[in-house]
Amino acid sequence: MSVDTGSRSDPSAGLPEDARQWTAKLRNSATGKLPPGRLLPDRQPAYVASWIYVFGVLTVSALLLVIATGCVLALKGPAWWHVSSAGLFVNSLHLWSVEAFFFFMVIHLWGKFFMAAWRGRRRLTWVTGVVAFLVSVGAAFTGYLSQQNFDSQWISTQAKDGINATGAGAFFNVLNFGQMLMWHIVLLPMVVALLAVVHVLLVRTRGVVPPFAAPPGRQDGMARTGGSEPSVEGDRA
Amino acid sequence: MLLVSSVMGALVDLNGKGRYVHWGFIQISVANLVVIALMAIVFIGAIIVPYRRHGDR
Repeated sequence: MSVDTGSRSDPSAGLPEDARQWTAKLRNSATGKLPPGRLLPDRQPAYVASWIYVFGVLTVSALLLVIATGCVLALKGPAWWHVSSAGLFVNSLHLWSVEAFFFFMVIHLWGKFFMAAWRGRRRLTWVTGVVAFLVSVGAAFTGYLSQQNFDSQWISTQAKDGINATGAGAFFNVLNFGQMLMWHIVLLPMVVALLAVVHVLLVRTRGVVPPFAAPPGRQDGMARTGGSEPSVEGDRA
Repeated sequence: MLLVSSVMGALVDLNGKGRYVHWGFIQISVANLVVIALMAIVFIGAIIVPYRRHGDR
């Protein structure tokens, strides 16, 4: 690494002789793919003006609430969330934000499926969303196992034979409370949060998928609503 | 708060035995069926309900 003498007017630009360093390459790649205007845009294409496009951000909002209430539950512990009024309230917030998370995520998934949202080099965006959904199911399942009540005992004893039949029981033992708690509060939330961040960054990088090309007779209607003609790129798989 | 919980408790009694729908080999709880129906209704609504844009103000 070179020594910065501090003589440059814009330190973020970097020196030409440092262009081969990994820090410069990473910075240039990141700012090239996601300049601030694309990372946090002020405007979206006209076709995004539909309620069906709202459910992605609702899912992310519910996930933030899930994580926030989960952090409070982790700090206070099972006696608090089972007995005190405030604990029961936060416990319910955690449950219902998960319900909202799945509710919004399924509608988002249906919408994107029928839009074929993997078009236009957006396959990785679709795949990260699908994997995030599947990992979220695991996170919710281990959450039910971590309740510390008769419900969690019932679910774990009902699930053990099914899980063991797959062979996963060797390293994913639903009767091992400590292991399930760690899956629920460390490993799975970390993966879900990471996938959600990558998913959103991919959406910002590739943009929102344009609609299927409208039939010739309906092009005028698109013009009236201020929409631009769908990109040809959008129909390339 | 007590009133809301009393009303909700009267509408949806969760203290009894779970209710299930059987249809051939398909078995699903009424609660899950209601949630799926709500998702379908919201999905259709999200497509057909007009979205207010900046230009509409």
